[in-house]
Amino acid sequence: MISLDSADESSLPRRVGRAPIRGRLLSTILGFGTLAVVTCMLAPLVGSTSISLTRAFDPSIPFDQNVDAQIFFVARLPRVLAGALVGSALASAGVVLQAMLRNPLATPFTLGVSAGASLGAMLVIIFGGAFALGPLSAVPAASLVGAAAATAVVYWLASRHGHAISTSVLLLAGVTLNSFLSALIMFVQYLADFAQVYRAARWIMGDLDIGSYDPLIASLPLVVVAFVLFALLPSSLNLLSVGKDAAASRGVDVRHAQRLAFFSASLATAAAVSLAGPIGFVGIVVPHLVRLLVGVDHRIVLPASALFGAAFLVACDLLARTLLSPVEIPVGVVTAMIGGPFFLWLLVRKS
Amino acid sequence: MATRAQKLVALVALAFVVFSLDGPRAQEKAPVSAPRRIVSLVPAITEMLFAVGAGPQVIAVSSYDEFPPEVKALPKVGALIDPDTERILALRPDLVIVYGSQSELEKQLERSGHRTFSYRHGGVPTTLNTIRELGVATGHRAEADTLASSLQSRLDAVRDRVKSRRQPRTILVFERQPGTLRDVYASGGVGFLNDMLTIAGGSNVFADVSRESVQPSVETILARAPDVILEVRASGLIEKTTSPERDAWSPLSSVPAVRNQRVHLLTGDYLVVPGPRLAAATEAFARALHPDAFK
Repeated sequence: MISLDSADESSLPRRVGRAPIRGRLLSTILGFGTLAVVTCMLAPLVGSTSISLTRAFDPSIPFDQNVDAQIFFVARLPRVLAGALVGSALASAGVVLQAMLRNPLATPFTLGVSAGASLGAMLVIIFGGAFALGPLSAVPAASLVGAAAATAVVYWLASRHGHAISTSVLLLAGVTLNSFLSALIMFVQYLADFAQVYRAARWIMGDLDIGSYDPLIASLPLVVVAFVLFALLPSSLNLLSVGKDAAASRGVDVRHAQRLAFFSASLATAAAVSLAGPIGFVGIVVPHLVRLLVGVDHRIVLPASALFGAAFLVACDLLARTLLSPVEIPVGVVTAMIGGPFFLWLLVRKS
Repeated sequence: MATRAQKLVALVALAFVVFSLDGPRAQEKAPVSAPRRIVSLVPAITEMLFAVGAGPQVIAVSSYDEFPPEVKALPKVGALIDPDTERILALRPDLVIVYGSQSELEKQLERSGHRTFSYRHGGVPTTLNTIRELGVATGHRAEADTLASSLQSRLDAVRDRVKSRRQPRTILVFERQPGTLRDVYASGGVGFLNDMLTIAGGSNVFADVSRESVQPSVETILARAPDVILEVRASGLIEKTTSPERDAWSPLSSVPAVRNQRVHLLTGDYLVVPGPRLAAATEAFARALHPDAFK
């Protein structure tokens, strides 16, 4: 709707996919990178309690007696890092899927990956199981399995006929799978006890308070792999977002590019959702905000969204944990309440 | 989920309104006598009914009811968000016990001429008052008074026993993601869990939060630094994994409860139902908080 349509074929410069952009890329990354780094450095300094930084970093106090250090290193730092990782992963997955599906409404949750992850998490929350796979505790492990299953089903449906993935089939299959899995989630919740329904409902709202580094260690490799794959994508995304035929005529291996886009976005989404639950809105509002600011070239939009997504979610979580303290607001509520109006304001101003 | 179920309830209720508009109006309220066909949709109340001797009058219970063992043989007619109105009506009850939030169901039952008894969880005094009220409503006034008084004196005994001791600052956790410190739910400064904790000689670290439950972040738990972590769960999964569950707290080594190994895990349905077993639960809390007082 917004920027994707403006890149229709007639207005496409002949070599838009490959035009030199080094200068702009550098300045964009510098700008958004500074924003992300500053946000991540400031966020652990603030919280519901005020701590003394000199005490927190005083090595002469034993760690198990240093409340300030524990608040900084056990409560806040992993939480901020999780926010950066999840925000970055969701925003990038949003960019990739919007381009690949040629649909500005696509989000990382459109293709059923997050619903699969949620069903996995619900099953463990409600029917139990306190197993752990290394640093991965039961709920994240199950949500990864659910996400993988949903990804496999959607891919199988969309790639059965023909050479390239049909984006419309992919979209319809994803949306249908989403509804189907949501129904299963409701059914599972219906069978549950009150206490478990509580926890299940809370998980669905999304939460970054991970309380240790283990969940981060478990998710980091997945996100890194996803980002390496993302790095291969931008030029083909530029062409794919115009159309399959246009992309093919300019030498893009459409099937390969689509597969890469689909699996990398699914991987990033699965890692993010298993770490923090399905935090909404980041995956749609950040890419569009970034496009409004830097244009439509995915070589710039993708890294800028990754960095801005990190800053955005860390900032939203900062508000979530301080605004009503000691009570916390679910971070998904904050992302929607801050991101929505701001996005609409930008939209109206721009047009 | 809840809203969907509520919609369903509303829909069913609506159907009945339409039905009863042109049907003959149900009998006006029958003269109040001891009910002989009681349906209880609230497990805590079911326990109270059996404890005051009204058990034989109970003909159906909620799908969450498990205590006393007699209820296992009774028909189950749904629960808080999914009461099976049709079955309830078909059982021809003369008293239906509903939860305070089931106002649609209550209205509908009253419209069709059924007596209802509406209840909401509150503090320990609420439970004792409710026992007395149920005694009056079911024709077991004397037994109910005896029960309420004996519970009161057991609670008083606990209070007296621990009164003179230092009250450890306690977090009372009733839910959390197993094996992690995520989604921790703790008792706030009101409600029966808070009352029981206070009687048992604990000082709730969330006494200042005037809600029944708090969902503290790791930071908040570190900052409130409780002396004791008291975890209560209905029996089930957690029993098999007691030791790793205690280990879940170990990253928070600056919390006195963790440093001094005062993380207590109590399991049992009786701990989390505000019914006649709350004195036993309070005694269990007190034993965990003040082991020396019970030597």
